[in-house]
Amino acid sequence: MSDAAMGMNQAANSGASSGPLIAADGIPLKQKLAKTTRRMKIQAFMLTVPLVLFLLVSFVLPIGQMLYRSVHNPTGSNVMPNFAVAIKDWDGQGLPSEEIFEVFVKDMTAAKKNREVGKTIGNLATRVNYEIPGSRSLFTKTARKTKNITEGPYKEALFAIDKRWDSPQLWLTLQRVTNDYTIAFYLAATDRKFDEKGNIVLADELYQIYLPILWKTIWLSALITGLCFIIAYPVAYLLSTLPLRTSNLLMILVLLPFWTSLLVRTSAWIAMLQTEGIINNVFVYLGFISDENRIQMIYNMTGTVISMVHILLPFMILPLYSVMKTIPPSYMRAARSMGASGTYAFTKVYFPQTIPGIAAGTLLVFILAIGYYITPALVGGSDGLLISNLIADHIKKTLNWSLGAALGTILLVVVLIFYWLYNKLVGVDNLKFG
Amino acid sequence: MEDAFVRFDKVQKSYDGEILVVKDLNLDIPKGEFLTMLGPSGSGKTTSLMMLAGFEPATHGDIYLGGESINNVPPNKRGIGMVFQNYALFPHMTVAENLAFPLKVRKLGAADIEAKVQRALDMVELGQMGGRRPAQLSGGQQQRVAVARALVFDPSLILMDEPLGALDKQLREQMQYEIKHIHENLGVTVVYVTHDQSEALTMSDRIAVFNDGVIQQLSTPDDLYERPQNSFVAQFIGENNRLHGKVAGVSGDECKVELDGGGEVVAKTVNNTASVGERTTLSLRPERVEIEPKKGQTDNTVTGEIKELIYLGDHIRTRMEVAGNDEFIVKVPNSAGNKPLAEGAQVKVGWKAEDCRALDPMAV
Repeated sequence: MSDAAMGMNQAANSGASSGPLIAADGIPLKQKLAKTTRRMKIQAFMLTVPLVLFLLVSFVLPIGQMLYRSVHNPTGSNVMPNFAVAIKDWDGQGLPSEEIFEVFVKDMTAAKKNREVGKTIGNLATRVNYEIPGSRSLFTKTARKTKNITEGPYKEALFAIDKRWDSPQLWLTLQRVTNDYTIAFYLAATDRKFDEKGNIVLADELYQIYLPILWKTIWLSALITGLCFIIAYPVAYLLSTLPLRTSNLLMILVLLPFWTSLLVRTSAWIAMLQTEGIINNVFVYLGFISDENRIQMIYNMTGTVISMVHILLPFMILPLYSVMKTIPPSYMRAARSMGASGTYAFTKVYFPQTIPGIAAGTLLVFILAIGYYITPALVGGSDGLLISNLIADHIKKTLNWSLGAALGTILLVVVLIFYWLYNKLVGVDNLKFG
Repeated sequence: MEDAFVRFDKVQKSYDGEILVVKDLNLDIPKGEFLTMLGPSGSGKTTSLMMLAGFEPATHGDIYLGGESINNVPPNKRGIGMVFQNYALFPHMTVAENLAFPLKVRKLGAADIEAKVQRALDMVELGQMGGRRPAQLSGGQQQRVAVARALVFDPSLILMDEPLGALDKQLREQMQYEIKHIHENLGVTVVYVTHDQSEALTMSDRIAVFNDGVIQQLSTPDDLYERPQNSFVAQFIGENNRLHGKVAGVSGDECKVELDGGGEVVAKTVNNTASVGERTTLSLRPERVEIEPKKGQTDNTVTGEIKELIYLGDHIRTRMEVAGNDEFIVKVPNSAGNKPLAEGAQVKVGWKAEDCRALDPMAV
């Protein structure tokens, strides 16, 4: 601060009527207050330091890395550093120039010798194969032969190895692949791709997998949330109106599954629902169905829905219960005394007051359901899979981490959109988790 | 009573099948009366009110409203207005919507509803508050809204369940008068439940004192205060000095009582129950005791010791030990002629036989 500004500041402070309030010793009151509360603030901050560090390391950094990985993939430039620079400014018309071909051939020969993880021809071939299925063999085959090309013209020499190199689309793809930053994985995650001219188009219907699964995940989550609500509301109402002793006992029954391992609960559903399982056996025994027509209730969508409703039910009951508990019975009585029938009193007086609990419960269940992994993985079969299972697949099996990260980011965005919608409709201030 | 508007006929209530919360309740309430059910908590007064409102079924007996038994009439068909202890204003509705609720249920026209709501709001002097939420009102204002809401559909019977319990003392007293005036102006029948005896005395036409599921006494406020029928009522209503003793002789409606702490006094017998040799508890109001009475001014004179003096402005509250009771209170008016009292001094106290009531014996 300049001297003049300081002077003005002091002048403002000493002007008792217009300036800020001043403490007894002449220091502005705000400054004084900040000084006296600083110690408390530092103390409060210190108390949260372990948590902040933990969150930073275990939550913020991984998510940041995931977001970064979904747009950043340096495989191309790692394998072919010189070519990546050379083709960067190519205008994309026809085929690249002879010089670029020369750099390409030399980079390829060099890369063939490279054994460093992430920098081999195999890595590049995999990466290009995401974009042009079936192109993998072209790279491995070519890499074996480029060391024989010692002088130009490199273009013709490359065409001689494989005719497929004479394709502008392939070189466009290579230009994109050697660029470290790409939206290709987001396109793949939303079933889109670049066409021959580099435009973004929807993939053929046969190859669309992620969008349909994402929609299915959303509507299945909505279905599960709805079923949870229908089952939980009466239960929560009963719990909140019973005498404390009984309601505590019933509450333990609600929480009991909570305390059981998720894996055990899901496996229990397998035992219950499978074609040779308890429910089917009982149905056959009672004569509802014949022995040959046992119902397929597991390893499909039905299995996923049934076991997820069961597992997520407590997350709906608890917020509803905690809100209902605070609604005194006198409200319903007042409504009744004023002439309202039981149904009318319920819909106009009781139900509106439970909305904060409904909001919290549905939001909680929906968000948990949309990212649920274990249960659909165990009982989902093929048509009960959710988006999180695909993400896990890419992280663990295909090792296409960038695509997994892009899918994960899309899921995160979807959840945030729903949260925002919710805030618009219900108001987050109205949420009551317990 | 033939013209009883509300009638409890041999009503009993038990929640658990083991304990009777209300034992054989018989009560007639004429139209337009302000009747208070007064009693300590657990005395059955609120249960009786809830049975009248229809929220609790009577285990035995009948409740009549306007001559008809309402045992099987659900609460919404009884047409009874009710004010609850915590007001029970619907928090998600504005004040006007709260007031309109009973009218909407009755499917009145919009214009009609608006007029009635405004009239009710004006009655409780909250004409401008219709657009606010209950949470934005003070306790006293919420209370008035609750009263207005119970009245807005013109019920002929209003029940109030400790409606002033949550208010501070000053506001409570003000609301007592307001409710009393509303009752006088509208002529509705009010059944009011409270455990606050001064509230009951201020507002009621008649008071039913409940204890242990039984009405101990049903009388007008002055009757209740001045002529308690038993020692529970005597100690529950107002301040009361108790002296324990044994009846030594009976003559007409007066009796001689030998006090446990020594001395003999003359007291008025109640319900002609006292017989020689029986134990009794004497009840005596503090303001009816004279300090150093002139000869012949009082029927009884006893010596006591002053234990404590508390200056209260208009009177001096004097705690004494009299006949073994060291909680014997005398209210000495702070008037010019009275000579100053000193703690530890021995003074004579006296009272008239008719102010001292020989009631059923209480445990010492």
